[in-house]
Amino acid sequence: MRLRSSAALVAVVLTAASLAACSAKNDSATDAGGSASTGSASTGSASSASAASCAPADLHLYSPGKLTVATDSPAYAPWFKKDDPSNGQGFESAVAYAVAKQLGFSADQVTWTKQAFNTSYTPGAKKFDFDINQISITPERAKVATFSDGYYTADQAVITLDKNKDKASSLAGLKSLKLGAETATTSLTAIRDDVQPSSQPLVFDTDDQAKQALLHGQIDGLVTDLPSADYISSEIKGSTVAGRFSNSEPEEFGLLFAKGNPLVTCVDQALATLKSNGTLDQLQQQWLANMESVPVLK
Amino acid sequence: MSTEAVADADRGWTPSPHQLQRARIAASMRRRRAVLATVVTIVVLGAVLAVFLTSPGWPAFRDYFLSWSDFKGAFPSVSRGFWFNIRVFLVAEPCVLVFASLVAVCRQSRSPWLAPLRLVSVVYTDLFRGIPSIVVVVIIGVGTPALQLNGVPTSLFWLGTISLILCYGAYVAEVLRAGILAVHPTQWSSAEALGLSRTQAMWRVIFPQAVRRSVPPLMNDLVSLQKDTALLSTLGVWEALRAASDWQGYHFNGTSLLVTALYFLVIAVPLTRLTDWLMLRQIRREQGR
Repeated sequence: MRLRSSAALVAVVLTAASLAACSAKNDSATDAGGSASTGSASTGSASSASAASCAPADLHLYSPGKLTVATDSPAYAPWFKKDDPSNGQGFESAVAYAVAKQLGFSADQVTWTKQAFNTSYTPGAKKFDFDINQISITPERAKVATFSDGYYTADQAVITLDKNKDKASSLAGLKSLKLGAETATTSLTAIRDDVQPSSQPLVFDTDDQAKQALLHGQIDGLVTDLPSADYISSEIKGSTVAGRFSNSEPEEFGLLFAKGNPLVTCVDQALATLKSNGTLDQLQQQWLANMESVPVLK
Repeated sequence: MSTEAVADADRGWTPSPHQLQRARIAASMRRRRAVLATVVTIVVLGAVLAVFLTSPGWPAFRDYFLSWSDFKGAFPSVSRGFWFNIRVFLVAEPCVLVFASLVAVCRQSRSPWLAPLRLVSVVYTDLFRGIPSIVVVVIIGVGTPALQLNGVPTSLFWLGTISLILCYGAYVAEVLRAGILAVHPTQWSSAEALGLSRTQAMWRVIFPQAVRRSVPPLMNDLVSLQKDTALLSTLGVWEALRAASDWQGYHFNGTSLLVTALYFLVIAVPLTRLTDWLMLRQIRREQGR
């Protein structure tokens, strides 16, 4: 009895010691590596020292010689086409390839990886260089992940079936409708802040679920960003984009990086060039419909 | 000095020195065990904690999952969501018990008139025990409105609740059937000897005993049902998990999930304790202690 318990005590101490040693080893490994992938939030910006040169060979990449770009699956139009981000079609796919080209990567040096939105920003190592997935930049989010400068300014719009079109043409009319939006989006915030409807909005994981709900009358109106709204209403017979929300603070989509990834400096430079030489505007006209005619809701 | 010792002293009995020594040794061994247990616990938990706190990602983990400001921020919306879970649970639970009892009794009936129902209940329990609950929830919650039938509820509260009732009805029916089969056959004979019909025997003699035997596993299913109300988040209704994931995605902070976990624990822990206590009580009774 006594022997057994002392043996157990030894085992416990050994286990504890090995655990502690294990964690100490982790410490030293990260000290040596000096990687900032899980960096503490002491510095908000990426270190520019390591990003002196933006040649592909000097970039801080997830896998050497390749640009690894992530997006959610399914990849929806008009941001991607045929659920295939690697075909260069659709606005975000085209932007990703334009950025890669600007950085000096050929199209076949770009690898795409699937990354669900809700695991793209969580702490820990990332399996991509950046994520392009209609992610709005907010100061709060920037504390957890690093964003590039915006590559698109998004307006929010509401889609309804034709029978509710008149109601949905004003903010007051929208109040009485059952609205829906995708989870964790600024669309949902628009419903809550701008409309303040009388019944709880329904919240969906994907555009597809939201589309089904609109189709089957579980919601009267679906709020999403303007390009998605245009695309979804073209897919649902007898529906229209009834109006868009006046944007007091224009919200921008940004590329998402692991917190403190130095690559962002070079990507921002690439985006700045694409903006100034008109490439971004041209891609917008090519892939996103011109929605200027959609009335602003009052 | 225990009451036993006092009673002994009243009867003019004093323990022998030998007995006292035995008691002393037993007490010292108990003390030693307690001290050792404390030390072992502190060392092991301390080591686990040390691994956490010294891990390279700890600061990021802490900011992501244990942020007080996000806890406070997410609390109202998760609370509003959890009220939905509670309502679903309170409606589903009694319905499950009634429905499952009917299915279980139906499977044990012998009447030829009930043969088609017997077949249906066998197929039903096999089917719904085999399909993951979340699939049932999605199929019923999304599929039923798509049918656009008149008179079928389209409220997501009801569709979600009905899918949970169907899933758990199958589990609970099997638990009750096992309880029915566990009742000794002599009970049937005794009921027959008293002149009860088979139906009367089932409902007045067998079924009550079966339920009494099944209480612990039934309680387990009840706790499980309470937790599975979170599956309804897939339908887009604003329940606790949905509220938490929404906060998480919008603010890039997972502390809201902790709020949800705590809410479920507040319900589940007392229920599981009660289940344990009922089980022990039943064992004590059966063993005549």
